[in-house]
Amino acid sequence: MATEILMPALSPTMEEGTLAKWLVKEGDTVNAGDIMAEIETDKATMEFEAVDEGTIGKILIEDGTEGVKVNTPIAVLLEEGESADDIDTASNAPAAKAKQSDTDEQKSTPAEAKAPAAPKSDTSPDWPEGTEMQTMTVREALNTAMAEEMRRDDTVFVMGEEVAEYEGAYKITQGLLDEFGAKRVIDTPITEHGFAGIGVGASWGGLRPVVEFMTWNFAMQAIDQIINSAAKTLYMSGGQMGSPIVFRGPNGAAARVGAQHSQDYAAWYAQVPGLRVVQPYSAACAKGLLKSAIRDPNPVVFLENEILYGKSFEVPKMDDFTIPFGKAKIWRDGADVTIVSFGIGMTYALEAAEKLAEDGIDAEVIDLRTLRPMDTDTVIQSVMKTNRCVTVEEGWPTPSIGSYISSVLMQKAFDYLDAPVINCTGKDVPMPYAANLEKLALTSTAEVIDAVRQVTYR
Amino acid sequence: MATRKSAKKPNVSADELKQYYRDMLLIRRFEEKAGQLYGMGLIGGFCHLYIGQEAVVVGLEAAADEGDKRITTYRDHGHMLACGMDPKGVMAELTGREDGYSRGKGGSMHMFSTEKQFYGGHGIVGANVPLGAGLAFADKYLENDRVTFAYFGDGAANQGQVYETFNMSALWQLPVVFVIENNQYAMGTSQQRSTSSPDIYHRGEAFGIPGEMVDGMDVLAVKEAGDKAVAHCRSGKGPYILEIKTYRYRGHSMSDPAKYRTREEVQKMREEKDAIEHVRDLLISGGHASEEDLKAIDKEIKEVVNASADFAKESPEPATDELWTDIIADVAPQNA
Repeated sequence: MATEILMPALSPTMEEGTLAKWLVKEGDTVNAGDIMAEIETDKATMEFEAVDEGTIGKILIEDGTEGVKVNTPIAVLLEEGESADDIDTASNAPAAKAKQSDTDEQKSTPAEAKAPAAPKSDTSPDWPEGTEMQTMTVREALNTAMAEEMRRDDTVFVMGEEVAEYEGAYKITQGLLDEFGAKRVIDTPITEHGFAGIGVGASWGGLRPVVEFMTWNFAMQAIDQIINSAAKTLYMSGGQMGSPIVFRGPNGAAARVGAQHSQDYAAWYAQVPGLRVVQPYSAACAKGLLKSAIRDPNPVVFLENEILYGKSFEVPKMDDFTIPFGKAKIWRDGADVTIVSFGIGMTYALEAAEKLAEDGIDAEVIDLRTLRPMDTDTVIQSVMKTNRCVTVEEGWPTPSIGSYISSVLMQKAFDYLDAPVINCTGKDVPMPYAANLEKLALTSTAEVIDAVRQVTYR
Repeated sequence: MATRKSAKKPNVSADELKQYYRDMLLIRRFEEKAGQLYGMGLIGGFCHLYIGQEAVVVGLEAAADEGDKRITTYRDHGHMLACGMDPKGVMAELTGREDGYSRGKGGSMHMFSTEKQFYGGHGIVGANVPLGAGLAFADKYLENDRVTFAYFGDGAANQGQVYETFNMSALWQLPVVFVIENNQYAMGTSQQRSTSSPDIYHRGEAFGIPGEMVDGMDVLAVKEAGDKAVAHCRSGKGPYILEIKTYRYRGHSMSDPAKYRTREEVQKMREEKDAIEHVRDLLISGGHASEEDLKAIDKEIKEVVNASADFAKESPEPATDELWTDIIADVAPQNA
């Protein structure tokens, strides 16, 4: 049967082109791969090859014709034993149909905006009332969480710079090499890009890696593997392949280490679908969330803070204590204003709330704990009660976790707001080294107090 | 077509030789069809064809055992067909349809089959190299005696993470074969213009990784080198590098006019070095197959490819609610 050769699309954006030159003439025999014509696209002149073998029966579009639409028949190819007389006139009719059932239908049904659901937050306690407690630093909590999960599951292993013999640059992996051996506690060379990729590959191969970055600043070398390989593969594979991996390490400013070692990545990673993003404040949250992270089938970005490592908190004495993602914690009930924070920002938020209480301003303080998924319901519910909100974080302001919360509140609690939301953030500058400037670059308890006074008009 | 002498007599059976012919022809005809569907607007975006390089994956798949893994960059259709993935599912992914391997959400560059241990299909040049070493890391950790083939091109061979991976793979003795498919052009940049020393297989020496150069237009040479590399990795000696010299006949992607090389250069490769013609000659001259036998295979392959194209055209576009699925997993995946 004679087949029509159609004007080809030769680039992702080509809709029409110029049939610059035929390199075959009627009666010529062609084989698959032979160059038949030169076609000018929107970008370049391309050679157009034959796909089937046969004889050129008729050329329908002459050399030099401009504006030939994609899919217009340009020639007719005859199979063995056919002659040009066999060419059906019907086949000369323009057959350029729409590319696909596609577009109109698609365009008329855009992705439906999710209807705002009535907020309903989970306010259950993290552990049962009456549970025996013990005092523990954040460092010990993280260490215990990893050790417990490694005892529970042989496929969990830890890798990173100085995690084994040195026992961690910040001693988070102390004792792990002794207990679990070099097979499961692995010192890597200084090669973030490479070992992040090896970690993701290992997660596809049936393991549960915990990859420690000495700090998240160094993970910028590895961010392609975190986002393009770990976060997106479940989607790109149509649900076949997930990446059960935890990337963890200290995040944000420590003290006096300058611009390249003092960045808060919360807002960066919180933007990425396919990731879970955790930034704990207390030791109990660090432990419960890290254990959840190691068990989770998805890639988790776990953002710790060096200054918090040595801080002590009460942690429940329980055999198996986990905290689910997407559940904020209300640290302090209050009626006058909602202060929302996470990670080290909580130290400013809680300190400000105490000082404000002395002046009779009763602040509710919410710790988001996980930034993706984010428990905005708890924030909305609180603001419906207090009608005012201040957010606190150390990261840069444009855009920030706070600016996202402001937008959520505007959309879902507009009628409840009695003042604009204020975002207390790190300043929009690289981190300076000088002690006085560094202090100015970070947010502070004083700034949070000022912001609360502004939104409460007191 | 000029005949070419094989370096040595084939040490494979006539049936194996016929299978190589069939497998290579399937890739070529499939890719030609994909090019055609691209021209019709049925395949969109970037589409990188494997035409010319067929002997690489067919030879190495012949050296692989059940359970071995493979991972590559975005010129990936050949790898998928060679490891036994269904041409219908691959073509339907190219057309962005529901029955594609990624249900239309991955496209030409992002396809996977955990069933066939094909771990993608990756769009970032070089990123798949540590990922492949990670698969091998898992196999070594789980002590399951498997080998991973991590394919990449001469272009990717200049990415830093490749050498980070060489270092760790050698340090930890990972069972990974690094397969450098050197088709001599990184998009439009010839190897001469991008690479300070031409023999990429030497680059493992600094890490103690053995490497060799292989004629990638000779499927038997590839199979033989593959056997050697796999034996090395499986015996616990760590990684191995194969630099396989090959050639792509088409442009880098569908929209590449390939002005960086002459038409004569391409024509010369096709006429003198074509891998499929080579096996065809061996089959005929060795008396293993007649012209009629091969014609029957050609016809059979054409039918398989046409059926995949029909399937890919008829399969519906994914349901709109697919937009929101497969972002976060609820249960642990069974990847391995």
